[in-house]
Amino acid sequence: MATLYRRTLNWLDERFGAGSVEEFLRHKTVPVNRHIIWYYLGGMTLFLFIIQVLTGILLLLYYRPTPNDAFESVQYIMTQVRFGWLIRSVHSWSANLMIFTAFLHMFSVYFLKAYRKPRELTWLSGILLLFILLGFGFSGYLLPWNTLAFFATKVGTEMAGSIPGVGKWLLVFLRGGQEVTGATLTRFFGFHVAVLPGLATLLLAIHLLLVQRLGMSVPPSVERAIAEGRTPQRSMPFFPNFLLRDMIGWYAALGLLGGLAAIFPWELGTKADAFAAAPAGIRPEWYFLFMFQTLKYLPAKILFLEGEFAGLLGFGAAAAVWVLVPFLDRRIGFGRVTRLFTGLGIFVIGYIVVLSALALR
Amino acid sequence: MRYIIPPPVAESPSRFVVAAKVGELKNNSGKIFKFGSRPGLLVRLADGSYRAFSAVCTHLNCTVQYRSDLREIWCACHNGLYDLEGRNISGPPPRPLEIFDVHIQGEDVVVTRTA
Repeated sequence: MATLYRRTLNWLDERFGAGSVEEFLRHKTVPVNRHIIWYYLGGMTLFLFIIQVLTGILLLLYYRPTPNDAFESVQYIMTQVRFGWLIRSVHSWSANLMIFTAFLHMFSVYFLKAYRKPRELTWLSGILLLFILLGFGFSGYLLPWNTLAFFATKVGTEMAGSIPGVGKWLLVFLRGGQEVTGATLTRFFGFHVAVLPGLATLLLAIHLLLVQRLGMSVPPSVERAIAEGRTPQRSMPFFPNFLLRDMIGWYAALGLLGGLAAIFPWELGTKADAFAAAPAGIRPEWYFLFMFQTLKYLPAKILFLEGEFAGLLGFGAAAAVWVLVPFLDRRIGFGRVTRLFTGLGIFVIGYIVVLSALALR
Repeated sequence: MRYIIPPPVAESPSRFVVAAKVGELKNNSGKIFKFGSRPGLLVRLADGSYRAFSAVCTHLNCTVQYRSDLREIWCACHNGLYDLEGRNISGPPPRPLEIFDVHIQGEDVVVTRTA
């Protein structure tokens, strides 16, 4: 096996200089400190993204994106196609786990202050990737064309429509008309399998390139300890040491996915009916619950603004602050941790957890 | 940019629709019916009279329903409530529901869009 590997590498090296890649991988190192566990979350999110791509391609073999066929085709996948239930359930569970690990990755980067100079653009590209993942979630949710998804899409697109100026245009663009219809399903399918994968691949390439170029960040507290001689500067080779540890995590994730899909197959619900009342207990995917619950509490009017627009404005402003944190948290550039930004992160997590829990009551 | 916005679809010119048959609805119950491209809500009150509304919540466009236990119109999406005059009385809806006229013509309950 080792000989075959060496011969293949030599063959590639003679033609493309592939040995330099191996050489590069051997020299790439990962810092070792007490926060190392958080360094695995990016790779885990990438692994789950790859699972999404693979299972998504398999679902495409049977899925039909029209209002008459969408629900039935997913039903067919779940009940008739061999291992169809497994592929679809893994796709759905993996999507949720991927967004969960992406959130964890983002918060770990935030609290370890890895966004500080020179990694501002790594943070920006990562946040944009998270937005893309949320777009995947929102567009994919509609594809089975069930009741919950139908009304969640109605609400989500209507919120976009409440933005003054561009709202009406945005609503028609997203829905493919004034209402959520088959045209919306076709568009969301296009976003889900073509537009978003294209954007995600591009952003992922930029993100990985930046991580590669700048290396992994060492938290300010560890940097200080190294500078003061309280702890030695330690690292491990990326290849194979870190990658093998990464792969143990991926293997565990694969087992978890298989277990979740087998024990809790993803439900299909009832087929969407545009002329049925919204069912009781309706709610969006868990990662939108905090916004959904906030909208419940907002009154019809806040000063001169409609409630849902005021809410949207609030979330937009909060997202803008979050995206721009590397440029707002200036003290961290000098290695000084600002309590304000640590507090802001704790507040954001608290808000998301509490509001989501209230929505699930 | 113009390509990605679909051409407008003409609304159904129909100003009225048969929403139900007489006797189809019990007292203190409601029914969603199709009015053009949007849903409407026909409610038969406890006294046997009818009222009809647009079933589109004025908050975020969900489809409302009649709650016989509350004797009010309820939107499940964000817990909005309207009274039987269509007025928004609780929760986030910013405006009342559009009200339609109801007439009995033979065996049909006919709902007409007010001018």
